[in-house]
Amino acid sequence: MDLSAYLILAAIVFTIGVAGIILNHKNIIIILMSVELILLSANINLVAFSTYAGDLTGQAFALFVLTVAAAEAAIGLAILVAYFRNRGSIAVEDINSLKG
Amino acid sequence: MYDLIVFLPLFGFLIAGLFGRWIGAHGAEYVTTGFLAVSFVLSWIAFFQVAEGAGAHIPVANWFTSGKLAVDWALRIDTLTAVMLVVVTTVSFLVHAYSVGYMAEDPSRPRFFAYLSLFTFSMLMLVTADNLVQLFFGWEGVGLMSYLLIGFWYERPSANAAAIKAFVVNRVGDFGFALGIFLTYQLTGSVAFDQVFAAAPALAGKTVHFIGFDWDAVTLACLLLFMGAMGKSAQFLLHTWLPDAMEGPTPVSALIHAATMVTAGVFMVARLSPLFEMSPTALSVVLIVGATTAFFAATVGLVQNDIKRVIAYSTCSQLGYMFVGLGVGGYSLGMFHLFTHAFFKALLFLGAGSVITAMHHEQDMRRMGGLRTEIPFTFWMMVIGSLSLTGVGIPFTSIGFAGYVSKDPIIEAAFASHRFGASYAFWCVDIAAAFTAFYSWRLLFMTFFGRRGEWAAWLPAETHEDHAHGHDDHGHGDHPAHESPPVMLIPLAGLALGATFAGIAFHDWFIGHGVPEFWRSSLFLGQENHILEEMEHVPALVSLSPTLMMLGGLLIAIYMYVVDKKAPERLADMFPALYRFLLNKWYFDELYDAIFVRPAFAIGRLFWKGGDGAIIDGFGPDGVSARVLDITRSAVRLQSGYVYQYAFAMLLGVAALATWYLFGGGF
Repeated sequence: MDLSAYLILAAIVFTIGVAGIILNHKNIIIILMSVELILLSANINLVAFSTYAGDLTGQAFALFVLTVAAAEAAIGLAILVAYFRNRGSIAVEDINSLKG
Repeated sequence: MYDLIVFLPLFGFLIAGLFGRWIGAHGAEYVTTGFLAVSFVLSWIAFFQVAEGAGAHIPVANWFTSGKLAVDWALRIDTLTAVMLVVVTTVSFLVHAYSVGYMAEDPSRPRFFAYLSLFTFSMLMLVTADNLVQLFFGWEGVGLMSYLLIGFWYERPSANAAAIKAFVVNRVGDFGFALGIFLTYQLTGSVAFDQVFAAAPALAGKTVHFIGFDWDAVTLACLLLFMGAMGKSAQFLLHTWLPDAMEGPTPVSALIHAATMVTAGVFMVARLSPLFEMSPTALSVVLIVGATTAFFAATVGLVQNDIKRVIAYSTCSQLGYMFVGLGVGGYSLGMFHLFTHAFFKALLFLGAGSVITAMHHEQDMRRMGGLRTEIPFTFWMMVIGSLSLTGVGIPFTSIGFAGYVSKDPIIEAAFASHRFGASYAFWCVDIAAAFTAFYSWRLLFMTFFGRRGEWAAWLPAETHEDHAHGHDDHGHGDHPAHESPPVMLIPLAGLALGATFAGIAFHDWFIGHGVPEFWRSSLFLGQENHILEEMEHVPALVSLSPTLMMLGGLLIAIYMYVVDKKAPERLADMFPALYRFLLNKWYFDELYDAIFVRPAFAIGRLFWKGGDGAIIDGFGPDGVSARVLDITRSAVRLQSGYVYQYAFAMLLGVAALATWYLFGGGF
């Protein structure tokens, strides 16, 4: 299997993730999911290069990324729940406290 | 001794001014009045010593030295100074004592007495000055105290306005005075009187180039210095502040605006007689200005209704007489009139103060009348003052009230003088003598004769209503008038003594045969100046004319205010324009308002709104801050608060960086 196929797949996944963040105006959970997608695209790259170069370090690193992503998802969801309790909404349109 | 005379009032001021809170009002009164009493006694001793030939020059300290210019503090004691010392300390002491009674109900007496004492110190500094700069120090000091005392009741807007007016009008004169000092220094290289007078003869014929003309140097210096005298002595064109200054407490009017400060200009011209004597042109100006003032102020005095304003215009007029005396070259004539005037005018003012107290702070003569029986002592004091002011005496002799002995020689000298403008001056002062008699007796008749409220019909309608309203509140004038306490009456008696006998007692010394021995070198007379002899040889009719004029004024006043009380109204109706012209003081205030005050406001507004506001602020701070705000406002618009937009911006940034890294040449 050619390396470039994996890289193209990773690029597609990454782009979907970015598009999900930028184009999504509805729900903040979708942003979290998009972040996961971006992390996964990075993981695909890591694993693909690891296999290609015959070096296991990349695959070990991918496992760490998965762990961190899980933790991040847990914290993100916890924040969301707390936020929903406080504001009664998690629509992206409503979250603009940073507005100058 | 001379040190004590000058510096005791300063100590009085320091004690009353700094510690007035602790020693209390009575303490302040006793301290300042006590010190003044010592000063007063010492002054008379000094006066007689100096008259017998003593004299002194007491250096106090070096004030400042700058290059060639060295200015010392020194007390110059000669006859001229001694005369002024006596005048200042006598009137000041009596006014201090009188104020104890007059100001008895005022809450800020320590401040008042501190001011009075500091004024006295400034005035003494002025008259003992040894050089022009020290003279200027005293000059400004009395100006400042005049400002503070006119505005003593600072809660009254009118008093503040009058104080500011007095200060500003005096600045005009002082501007000329300062220029005169500069020019004198430039011409003679010194400001000390001795050096200036020594260098003066060498200046004859010298010219200076100034505003496009070649001027005779001495004439220009004298005219500039005289400008200062005009401001301080309220001469024609710069007189407008004096009547308004009557807003101050009455003792202040007596001390500052009748007896001492306003005569500083007369003193200054007399002190600088060696300079003025060299410039006939300058003396002509002095003569004409003085005569015009004497006449003008007397005409205005004829129709005023405020008792203090009548006396204020009278002061203005009498100052004009003094300048006429100086202008014809008879410096001792001017000084003698200054000396006697201090007594009778302070007496009139303090008498008016007593009337005002008796009438419960009513100053309008139209609400008075019939006070003769209620306050007989004050009445007789006012009569003595008026007799002295109008010049009652025996013609062809020197026997009479003080004002007669000093005023009539001035009129005779004006006739005898050959100076340019002398005949104009003679007619002015002679006619003014009739006016003087008229307004003095009018004041007495309106105040002390007839019935209370007899003249109330002349009050303007709306004022009358206000007054009727006031009846309910205060009961003005309804209470019977009561005589003032002895502490006010005894000073009156002292001044009355002076107003009666000062003329006879000192005639020989001041203007008679004792002149050379008395004045010695303190007054300088040129070779051709024989005015004191010439005035003895005027026609009999001229000698008699002031007395005739005085009697004429008296008879008209009797007719109009005692015999036929409708006559004043008829006369006013007959010449309504003239009456209004006089009542509004020749419209000088309105004229100055239109010429100076309003254009000054307009220019000020132009520079404020246009120059400062629009240009400097517009392009400066305000403009810069407005641009900064514009930029930040657009920066604020970038901060939408939506996370995805920030993320997009970050992505764009990363993409741009990566592009630059890959294709921009890299590192």
